[in-house]
Amino acid sequence: MNTNQSMLPEKNSPFFQFFKGAKDTFPLIVGAIPFGIIFGTLGATAGLSFAATLGMSIFVFAGASQFVCLSLVAAGTAWPMIVLTTFVVNLRHMLYGATMVPFYKKLHPLWKMVLSFGLTDETFAVAVTRYMQKDDAPYKEYYNLGSMVFMYANWNLCTIIGLTAGKTFPGISEWGLDFAMPATFIGIVIPYLVSRPMWASVITAGTVSILASGLPHKLGLMVAAVAGVTVGLVCEKLFFTQKEQA
Amino acid sequence: MNIFDMDIQLYEIYMVAGMSLVTFGIRYIMFPISGRFQFPKLFEQGLSYVPPVVLTAIIVPAVLMPTGDILNLKLSNPYLIGAIAACIVGGLFKNLLLTIVVSMAVFLGFQWIFAMG
Repeated sequence: MNTNQSMLPEKNSPFFQFFKGAKDTFPLIVGAIPFGIIFGTLGATAGLSFAATLGMSIFVFAGASQFVCLSLVAAGTAWPMIVLTTFVVNLRHMLYGATMVPFYKKLHPLWKMVLSFGLTDETFAVAVTRYMQKDDAPYKEYYNLGSMVFMYANWNLCTIIGLTAGKTFPGISEWGLDFAMPATFIGIVIPYLVSRPMWASVITAGTVSILASGLPHKLGLMVAAVAGVTVGLVCEKLFFTQKEQA
Repeated sequence: MNIFDMDIQLYEIYMVAGMSLVTFGIRYIMFPISGRFQFPKLFEQGLSYVPPVVLTAIIVPAVLMPTGDILNLKLSNPYLIGAIAACIVGGLFKNLLLTIVVSMAVFLGFQWIFAMG
Protein backbone atom coordinates (compact mmCIF):
# COMPACT_ATOMS: atom_id res chain seq x y z
CA MET A 1 0.00 0.00 0.00
CA ASN A 2 1.33 3.44 0.73
CA THR A 3 3.45 2.57 3.75
CA ASN A 4 6.49 3.81 1.85
CA GLN A 5 5.00 7.22 1.36
CA SER A 6 3.96 7.58 4.97
CA MET A 7 7.59 7.12 5.98
CA LEU A 8 8.53 10.35 4.21
CA PRO A 9 7.64 13.69 5.73
CA GLU A 10 4.89 15.35 3.76
CA LYS A 11 5.97 18.17 1.54
CA ASN A 12 3.96 20.76 3.37
CA SER A 13 4.49 19.51 6.91
CA PRO A 14 6.17 21.82 9.45
CA PHE A 15 8.92 19.22 9.72
CA PHE A 16 9.67 19.29 5.99
CA GLN A 17 9.70 23.10 5.92
CA PHE A 18 12.06 23.19 8.92
CA PHE A 19 14.59 20.98 7.15
CA LYS A 20 14.15 22.81 3.87
CA GLY A 21 15.00 26.07 5.65
CA ALA A 22 18.07 24.53 7.24
CA LYS A 23 19.14 23.02 3.89
CA ASP A 24 18.79 26.32 2.02
CA THR A 25 20.92 28.00 4.69
CA PHE A 26 23.78 25.54 4.19
CA PRO A 27 25.85 27.70 1.78
CA LEU A 28 25.74 30.54 4.31
CA ILE A 29 26.80 28.15 7.07
CA VAL A 30 29.94 27.39 5.07
CA GLY A 31 30.77 31.09 5.17
CA ALA A 32 29.84 31.43 8.85
CA ILE A 33 32.13 28.58 9.98
CA PRO A 34 35.49 30.38 9.55
CA PHE A 35 33.80 33.62 10.67
CA GLY A 36 32.64 32.00 13.94
CA ILE A 37 35.93 30.21 14.56
CA ILE A 38 37.94 33.38 14.10
CA PHE A 39 35.59 35.19 16.49
CA GLY A 40 36.31 32.57 19.15
CA THR A 41 40.06 32.73 18.61
CA LEU A 42 40.08 36.53 18.76
CA GLY A 43 38.13 36.59 22.04
CA ALA A 44 41.12 35.77 24.20
CA THR A 45 43.43 37.99 22.11
CA ALA A 46 41.14 40.93 22.81
CA GLY A 47 41.26 40.17 26.53
CA LEU A 48 37.77 38.73 27.01
CA SER A 49 37.05 35.73 29.22
CA PHE A 50 35.85 32.41 27.79
CA ALA A 51 32.42 32.96 29.37
CA ALA A 52 31.97 36.47 27.96
CA THR A 53 33.04 35.44 24.44
CA LEU A 54 30.72 32.44 24.38
CA GLY A 55 27.99 34.41 26.17
CA MET A 56 28.04 36.92 23.33
CA SER A 57 27.42 34.21 20.74
CA ILE A 58 24.65 32.69 22.91
CA PHE A 59 22.79 35.89 23.82
CA VAL A 60 23.72 38.54 21.25
CA PHE A 61 24.00 36.37 18.12
CA ALA A 62 25.07 39.14 15.73
CA GLY A 63 28.40 38.41 14.03
CA ALA A 64 29.45 41.82 12.72
CA SER A 65 28.75 43.61 16.01
CA GLN A 66 30.52 40.88 17.99
CA PHE A 67 33.67 41.53 15.93
CA VAL A 68 33.35 45.27 16.42
CA CYS A 69 32.98 44.66 20.16
CA LEU A 70 36.23 42.69 20.26
CA SER A 71 38.13 45.51 18.59
CA LEU A 72 36.67 47.99 21.09
CA VAL A 73 37.48 45.78 24.09
CA ALA A 74 41.03 45.43 22.80
CA ALA A 75 41.24 49.24 22.61
CA GLY A 76 40.08 49.51 26.22
CA THR A 77 36.66 51.05 25.48
CA ALA A 78 34.18 51.39 28.36
CA TRP A 79 31.22 48.97 28.23
CA PRO A 80 28.43 51.59 27.83
CA MET A 81 30.20 52.86 24.69
CA ILE A 82 30.40 49.28 23.38
CA VAL A 83 26.67 48.79 23.94
CA LEU A 84 25.96 52.04 22.10
CA THR A 85 28.18 50.98 19.18
CA THR A 86 26.36 47.64 19.05
CA PHE A 87 23.14 49.60 18.72
CA VAL A 88 24.50 51.53 15.74
CA VAL A 89 26.09 48.54 14.00
CA ASN A 90 22.92 46.44 14.38
CA LEU A 91 20.45 49.19 13.54
CA ARG A 92 20.07 47.66 10.07
CA HIS A 93 18.26 44.75 11.69
CA MET A 94 15.38 47.08 12.51
CA LEU A 95 14.80 47.32 8.80
CA TYR A 96 14.89 43.53 8.55
CA GLY A 97 12.20 43.45 11.26
CA ALA A 98 10.14 46.02 9.37
CA THR A 99 10.40 43.88 6.23
CA MET A 100 9.14 40.81 8.13
CA VAL A 101 6.13 42.55 9.75
CA PRO A 102 3.60 41.51 7.07
CA PHE A 103 4.97 37.96 6.95
CA TYR A 104 4.85 37.41 10.73
CA LYS A 105 1.48 39.15 11.09
CA LYS A 106 -0.58 36.06 11.95
CA LEU A 107 2.01 34.42 14.21
CA HIS A 108 1.76 34.09 17.99
CA PRO A 109 3.79 36.74 19.90
CA LEU A 110 6.15 34.03 21.13
CA TRP A 111 6.90 33.03 17.53
CA LYS A 112 7.61 36.66 16.72
CA MET A 113 10.05 36.90 19.62
CA VAL A 114 11.89 33.71 18.72
CA LEU A 115 12.12 34.51 15.00
CA SER A 116 13.17 38.11 15.61
CA PHE A 117 15.95 36.94 17.95
CA GLY A 118 17.34 35.03 14.97
CA LEU A 119 17.06 37.79 12.35
CA THR A 120 20.72 37.68 11.32
CA ASP A 121 21.84 38.87 7.89
CA GLU A 122 21.99 35.26 6.73
CA THR A 123 18.65 33.96 8.01
CA PHE A 124 16.93 37.16 6.92
CA ALA A 125 18.30 36.75 3.38
CA VAL A 126 17.18 33.11 3.16
CA ALA A 127 13.78 33.54 4.86
CA VAL A 128 12.70 36.71 3.05
CA THR A 129 13.32 35.01 -0.30
CA ARG A 130 11.00 32.19 0.78
CA TYR A 131 8.30 34.53 2.11
CA MET A 132 8.34 36.55 -1.11
CA GLN A 133 7.55 33.54 -3.28
CA LYS A 134 3.95 34.02 -4.24
CA ASP A 135 2.72 30.57 -3.18
CA ASP A 136 0.37 30.26 -0.25
CA ALA A 137 2.18 27.25 1.23
CA PRO A 138 1.66 27.02 5.00
CA TYR A 139 4.40 26.71 7.60
CA LYS A 140 6.83 29.20 6.09
CA GLU A 141 7.59 30.15 9.72
CA TYR A 142 9.02 26.68 10.23
CA TYR A 143 11.25 27.25 7.20
CA ASN A 144 12.46 30.47 8.87
CA LEU A 145 12.94 28.63 12.19
CA GLY A 146 14.95 25.87 10.51
CA SER A 147 17.31 28.42 9.01
CA MET A 148 17.66 30.21 12.35
CA VAL A 149 18.28 27.11 14.48
CA PHE A 150 20.92 25.83 12.05
CA MET A 151 22.71 29.21 12.03
CA TYR A 152 22.51 29.50 15.82
CA ALA A 153 23.80 26.01 16.58
CA ASN A 154 26.63 26.43 14.08
CA TRP A 155 27.58 29.89 15.34
CA ASN A 156 27.90 28.72 18.94
CA LEU A 157 29.70 25.51 18.02
CA CYS A 158 32.21 27.49 15.91
CA THR A 159 32.73 29.98 18.74
CA ILE A 160 33.62 27.10 21.09
CA ILE A 161 35.94 25.57 18.47
CA GLY A 162 37.59 28.96 18.01
CA LEU A 163 38.01 29.50 21.76
CA THR A 164 39.61 26.08 22.08
CA ALA A 165 41.77 26.51 18.96
CA GLY A 166 42.86 29.97 20.10
CA LYS A 167 44.40 28.45 23.21
CA THR A 168 45.97 25.59 21.25
CA PHE A 169 47.28 27.57 18.22
CA PRO A 170 47.77 31.20 19.29
CA GLY A 171 48.75 32.25 15.72
CA ILE A 172 45.40 31.24 14.16
CA SER A 173 43.95 34.75 14.36
CA GLU A 174 46.49 35.90 11.76
CA TRP A 175 45.50 33.39 9.08
CA GLY A 176 43.09 35.84 7.48
CA LEU A 177 39.99 33.69 7.95
CA ASP A 178 38.09 36.95 8.40
CA PHE A 179 37.74 37.09 4.60
CA ALA A 180 34.86 34.63 5.08
CA MET A 181 32.51 37.48 5.98
CA PRO A 182 32.95 39.62 2.84
CA ALA A 183 32.99 36.43 0.72
CA THR A 184 29.62 35.36 2.13
CA PHE A 185 28.10 38.81 1.83
CA ILE A 186 29.22 39.20 -1.81
CA GLY A 187 27.48 35.91 -2.53
CA ILE A 188 24.28 37.24 -0.92
CA VAL A 189 24.37 40.62 -2.71
CA ILE A 190 24.93 39.42 -6.30
CA PRO A 191 21.43 37.94 -6.90
CA TYR A 192 19.90 41.31 -5.92
CA LEU A 193 21.70 43.13 -8.76
CA VAL A 194 19.01 42.79 -11.41
CA SER A 195 17.85 46.38 -11.97
CA ARG A 196 19.54 49.71 -12.66
CA PRO A 197 18.24 51.37 -9.45
CA MET A 198 19.63 48.44 -7.46
CA TRP A 199 23.05 48.79 -9.12
CA ALA A 200 23.00 52.55 -8.47
CA SER A 201 22.11 52.10 -4.80
CA VAL A 202 24.77 49.45 -4.20
CA ILE A 203 27.52 51.44 -5.97
CA THR A 204 26.55 54.51 -3.94
CA ALA A 205 26.62 52.57 -0.67
CA GLY A 206 30.05 51.13 -1.49
CA THR A 207 31.52 54.52 -2.38
CA VAL A 208 30.05 56.31 0.63
CA SER A 209 31.18 53.52 2.98
CA ILE A 210 34.78 54.35 2.01
CA LEU A 211 34.33 58.13 2.09
CA ALA A 212 32.59 57.98 5.49
CA SER A 213 34.87 55.33 6.98
CA GLY A 214 36.59 57.95 9.14
CA LEU A 215 33.41 58.71 11.07
CA PRO A 216 33.48 57.60 14.71
CA HIS A 217 31.60 54.63 16.17
CA LYS A 218 31.10 52.85 12.82
CA LEU A 219 28.55 55.52 11.85
CA GLY A 220 29.85 55.33 8.27
CA LEU A 221 27.82 52.15 7.83
CA MET A 222 24.52 53.90 8.55
CA VAL A 223 25.43 56.94 6.44
CA ALA A 224 26.31 54.67 3.50
CA ALA A 225 23.09 52.68 3.91
CA VAL A 226 20.88 55.77 3.96
CA ALA A 227 22.71 57.22 0.92
CA GLY A 228 22.36 53.94 -0.99
CA VAL A 229 18.64 53.53 -0.31
CA THR A 230 17.99 57.18 -1.21
CA VAL A 231 19.81 56.90 -4.55
CA GLY A 232 17.95 53.65 -5.30
CA LEU A 233 14.58 55.28 -4.67
CA VAL A 234 15.44 58.37 -6.73
CA CYS A 235 16.59 56.20 -9.67
CA GLU A 236 13.45 54.09 -9.41
CA LYS A 237 11.36 57.25 -9.58
CA LEU A 238 13.33 58.52 -12.62
CA PHE A 239 13.07 55.26 -14.59
CA PHE A 240 9.42 54.90 -13.69
CA THR A 241 8.54 58.40 -14.93
CA GLN A 242 10.52 57.81 -18.14
CA LYS A 243 8.55 54.66 -18.83
CA GLU A 244 5.25 56.44 -18.24
CA GLN A 245 6.17 59.15 -20.72
CA ALA A 246 7.28 56.69 -23.41
CA MET B 1 44.32 25.51 33.13
CA ASN B 2 40.88 24.39 32.14
CA ILE B 3 39.75 25.69 28.72
CA PHE B 4 36.10 25.86 29.81
CA ASP B 5 36.90 28.51 32.38
CA MET B 6 33.67 30.08 33.56
CA ASP B 7 35.21 33.08 35.32
CA ILE B 8 33.64 36.31 34.17
CA GLN B 9 34.23 39.91 35.17
CA LEU B 10 31.43 42.21 36.21
CA TYR B 11 31.94 44.66 33.33
CA GLU B 12 31.71 41.74 30.90
CA ILE B 13 28.31 40.78 32.30
CA TYR B 14 27.05 44.36 31.86
CA MET B 15 28.48 44.49 28.35
CA VAL B 16 27.03 41.17 27.13
CA ALA B 17 23.66 41.90 28.79
CA GLY B 18 23.55 45.38 27.26
CA MET B 19 24.51 44.14 23.80
CA SER B 20 21.88 41.36 24.00
CA LEU B 21 19.08 43.69 25.03
CA VAL B 22 19.97 46.28 22.41
CA THR B 23 20.26 43.71 19.60
CA PHE B 24 17.05 41.87 20.48
CA GLY B 25 15.25 45.18 20.93
CA ILE B 26 16.29 46.32 17.46
CA ARG B 27 15.22 43.07 15.84
CA TYR B 28 11.89 42.86 17.71
CA ILE B 29 10.64 46.46 18.06
CA MET B 30 8.88 46.64 14.68
CA PHE B 31 6.45 43.82 15.53
CA PRO B 32 4.65 45.33 18.55
CA ILE B 33 4.54 48.84 17.06
CA SER B 34 3.67 48.01 13.46
CA GLY B 35 -0.06 47.52 14.06
CA ARG B 36 -0.44 51.07 15.36
CA PHE B 37 0.51 52.95 12.24
CA GLN B 38 0.92 52.47 8.51
CA PHE B 39 4.41 52.83 7.05
CA PRO B 40 4.61 55.42 4.27
CA LYS B 41 4.72 53.83 0.80
CA LEU B 42 8.16 55.28 0.13
CA PHE B 43 9.55 53.68 3.32
CA GLU B 44 8.25 50.27 2.26
CA GLN B 45 9.74 50.73 -1.20
CA GLY B 46 13.07 51.66 0.36
CA LEU B 47 13.16 48.47 2.44
CA SER B 48 13.77 46.32 -0.64
CA TYR B 49 17.15 48.05 -1.04
CA VAL B 50 18.22 47.49 2.57
CA PRO B 51 19.86 44.04 2.50
CA PRO B 52 22.18 44.56 -0.51
CA VAL B 53 22.99 48.16 0.45
CA VAL B 54 23.89 47.39 4.08
CA LEU B 55 25.92 44.33 3.19
CA THR B 56 27.80 46.29 0.50
CA ALA B 57 28.63 48.97 3.06
CA ILE B 58 30.17 46.23 5.22
CA ILE B 59 31.95 44.45 2.33
CA VAL B 60 33.68 47.42 0.63
CA PRO B 61 35.64 48.76 3.63
CA ALA B 62 36.51 45.20 4.74
CA VAL B 63 37.98 44.50 1.30
CA LEU B 64 39.55 47.83 0.34
CA MET B 65 40.71 48.85 3.83
CA PRO B 66 41.70 45.52 5.41
CA THR B 67 43.80 47.21 8.09
CA GLY B 68 40.91 49.50 8.95
CA ASP B 69 42.52 52.84 8.17
CA ILE B 70 44.27 53.00 4.75
CA LEU B 71 42.75 52.42 1.30
CA ASN B 72 44.62 49.51 -0.32
CA LEU B 73 43.80 49.21 -4.05
CA LYS B 74 46.99 47.30 -4.89
CA LEU B 75 46.73 43.88 -6.51
CA SER B 76 48.89 42.59 -3.66
CA ASN B 77 45.86 43.01 -1.38
CA PRO B 78 44.55 39.44 -0.96
CA TYR B 79 41.13 40.71 0.20
CA LEU B 80 40.75 42.59 -3.09
CA ILE B 81 41.82 39.56 -5.16
CA GLY B 82 39.45 37.30 -3.20
CA ALA B 83 36.56 39.75 -3.61
CA ILE B 84 37.17 40.01 -7.38
CA ALA B 85 37.11 36.20 -7.55
CA ALA B 86 33.85 36.16 -5.56
CA CYS B 87 32.24 38.70 -7.94
CA ILE B 88 33.32 36.77 -11.05
CA VAL B 89 32.23 33.34 -9.76
CA GLY B 90 29.02 34.74 -8.26
CA GLY B 91 28.13 36.66 -11.42
CA LEU B 92 28.81 33.70 -13.72
CA PHE B 93 27.26 30.84 -11.75
CA LYS B 94 24.83 32.52 -9.32
CA ASN B 95 25.75 29.78 -6.85
CA LEU B 96 26.34 30.91 -3.28
CA LEU B 97 28.28 27.88 -2.06
CA LEU B 98 30.57 27.91 -5.10
CA THR B 99 31.15 31.65 -4.67
CA ILE B 100 32.20 31.29 -1.03
CA VAL B 101 34.37 28.21 -1.48
CA VAL B 102 36.20 29.43 -4.62
CA SER B 103 36.82 32.95 -3.32
CA MET B 104 38.06 31.64 0.05
CA ALA B 105 40.43 29.29 -1.78
CA VAL B 106 41.67 32.14 -4.01
CA PHE B 107 42.11 34.39 -0.98
CA LEU B 108 43.99 31.82 1.12
CA GLY B 109 46.09 30.67 -1.86
CA PHE B 110 47.01 34.21 -2.78
CA GLN B 111 47.82 35.10 0.80
CA TRP B 112 50.00 32.00 1.05
CA ILE B 113 51.89 32.80 -2.19
CA PHE B 114 52.29 36.39 -1.08
CA ALA B 115 53.64 35.30 2.30
CA MET B 116 56.14 33.02 0.51
CA GLY B 117 57.31 35.69 -1.92
